[in-house]
Amino acid sequence: MQLVLEKRAERSNTIAMVSPLIAIGLTIVTMVILFAILGKNPLLALHAYFIAPLTDGYSLQEIAVKATPLVMIAIGLSLCYLANAWNIGAEGQFLVGAVAGSWIAVKTQGTDAGAWVLPAMFVLAAAGGALYALIPAICKVKFGASEILTSLMLVYVADLFLDYLVRGPWRDPHGFNFPTTAEFDPVATVPLLIEGGRLHLGSIIALVVVAAAAILLGRTIKGFEIRVVGAAPRAARFGGFNADQLIILTFAVSGALAGLAGIIEVAGPVGHLQPGISPGYGFTAIIVAFLGRLNPLGILIAGLFLALTFIGGEQAQIAMKIPLDVTKVFQGILLFYVLACDSLILYRFKLVFPNRQVARGTA
Amino acid sequence: MRKTLLALAAGLLLAGSVSAASAADKLKVGFIYLGPVGDLGWTYQHELARQALVKELGDKIETTFLENVPEGPDAERSIEQLVRAGNKLIFTTSFGYMDPTLKVAKKYPNVHFEHATGYKRNPNMSTYSAKWYQGRYIQGLIAAKMSKSGVLGYIGSFPIPEVVSGINATILAAQTINPNIKVKIIWANTWFDPGKEADAAKALIDQGADVIMQHTDSPAAMQIASERGKLAFGQDSEMIKFGPKTQLTSILDTWGPYYIARVKAELDGTWKSEDTWGGLDSHMFAMAPYTNMPDDVKKMAEDAQAAITAGKLHPFKCPVVGQDGKPVECKGGDHLDDGQILGMNFYVKGIDDKIPGK
Repeated sequence: MQLVLEKRAERSNTIAMVSPLIAIGLTIVTMVILFAILGKNPLLALHAYFIAPLTDGYSLQEIAVKATPLVMIAIGLSLCYLANAWNIGAEGQFLVGAVAGSWIAVKTQGTDAGAWVLPAMFVLAAAGGALYALIPAICKVKFGASEILTSLMLVYVADLFLDYLVRGPWRDPHGFNFPTTAEFDPVATVPLLIEGGRLHLGSIIALVVVAAAAILLGRTIKGFEIRVVGAAPRAARFGGFNADQLIILTFAVSGALAGLAGIIEVAGPVGHLQPGISPGYGFTAIIVAFLGRLNPLGILIAGLFLALTFIGGEQAQIAMKIPLDVTKVFQGILLFYVLACDSLILYRFKLVFPNRQVARGTA
Repeated sequence: MRKTLLALAAGLLLAGSVSAASAADKLKVGFIYLGPVGDLGWTYQHELARQALVKELGDKIETTFLENVPEGPDAERSIEQLVRAGNKLIFTTSFGYMDPTLKVAKKYPNVHFEHATGYKRNPNMSTYSAKWYQGRYIQGLIAAKMSKSGVLGYIGSFPIPEVVSGINATILAAQTINPNIKVKIIWANTWFDPGKEADAAKALIDQGADVIMQHTDSPAAMQIASERGKLAFGQDSEMIKFGPKTQLTSILDTWGPYYIARVKAELDGTWKSEDTWGGLDSHMFAMAPYTNMPDDVKKMAEDAQAAITAGKLHPFKCPVVGQDGKPVECKGGDHLDDGQILGMNFYVKGIDDKIPGK
């Protein structure tokens, strides 16, 4: 006797829509049990996680700040994934973008350069990220190299390159040899939107990116092409769509968005270039992309939701002394349930008896 | 059933708010930790100090910590979260929190901040650190006595003045025992990475080092030295259990007395922004018991410790000769002054290496 997953004949659209909600519901039930075992009041804990951060302006700003890079990167990744191009290296593209943009900031430091500095940093960062993403894309198209491996490995190269720059040529001469550049000048800093807060222009850019992706996918031929190449490669070939070109294009766009997210993070909340500018945004964004079902609006919600768990986790740590590890367990459980629920939309469990071949499936 | 649940829920919420109210009149003290609390290392020593603080003043204060806060964009938010949760005195316990702490300090002038090992201050932001180079000097003496090969292995973290001054103090001490002592330095470029630290220890031993010292946080090097039958010094915490036959001593971070003093000052209303750089005399750090060495070496170490504590022996007493063979300017009378040590960016004569990026 053996348990197998059998593909369902048809998938229910209603279930596909509510599946993330079921996953969140199951996560909450599991967390309640976990909090109870830890001896914490589950209601207060859930309140600290999900409700408290939504009730004051400060926390809302922080959620937006945290979600900004995640959403921007995830939008780019979703284009790749829809076109069946597996960019795993957004983290590296994020770092290269940050480096490329910082170059102008470092070179113009203290020169009283004009307002052109920040836009130029953005352009350079996007270009840097895009070029970096093109390496795995071209290797894939020209030589058939697995883009999953090459894009992932380039993350470490980018990480070490950044490390070299801030330890060597770009190191702050007055920074006591610590691996960091000097603080960027005001002209090289992303402007804040609210006095005394941390919400910055980047969040607006992220919203524009979401809207642009929604239009691209919903209203343009290119968007249609991306979806067809991903969903039905044979049909796409008959339709005359060039899959190779699309790999190049989606990688470039995704790299540009990751790079832009990188410079916004560095010239925004961080204020200088240093190692550790990304607590794994490029990888977390993969989760965000799938949690948002590769849909721009879904990604926006997923990004905000994941940011909420970070901020809420921190407030739970302060208010209820709940260890940080619980937040990580929480994120893990959430992802587990999302994937499990998704699998059950497309597949069902079936018991297989090798001798009799009698199936006793449950609907 | 539903009503019972609702009643239960209301009761729980009520219980929560009552306990919050009774804590409101206590002074809230917050801590930002770099690593997980764990059971040894840099963050653990801060946690021990926090526990000591609670033991001493627990009836007057309430403490909160946030652990595993990266020294990146999240730090500023984490510090601000503590402020918004009502903490009036906040200790940020790693160098990388310097700029974020300063930003939050400027935003909340009525909250007091204490930043470990940094150099930027504000009317409401103090800094504190320890003169670990004093402990390094004692380790240098022991190492030179115990080394048979005459080669010491040193695992550096980052080439910042604190680490460079530690290397120099070690060598200056060792040279008083063995003028031809050699040191091999490997930069791990991390404060904590057991894998890299273990690799560094192996490489150093392969290059002939038989006493390993480290400015990184994990016991990995101690374990490697132990496996290979060499000797080693612990760091930050007591690491004897990782090398019962290996550990000579360890520099122990003991922040407790400082934390208690600062919180008392806050309670009395006498807190003001200061720069504290304490040594053996003010118990900002301590030496673990001297083990795995003959009695005469142990006595020498204890004598040196007593002399440094009493201010009779200064690790950087003049002349301090640089790698170029010229004595360094002596700004502190008969020894280098604090500023020269805090900004130290040169190796002394006898170190056959150069500071990375210099």
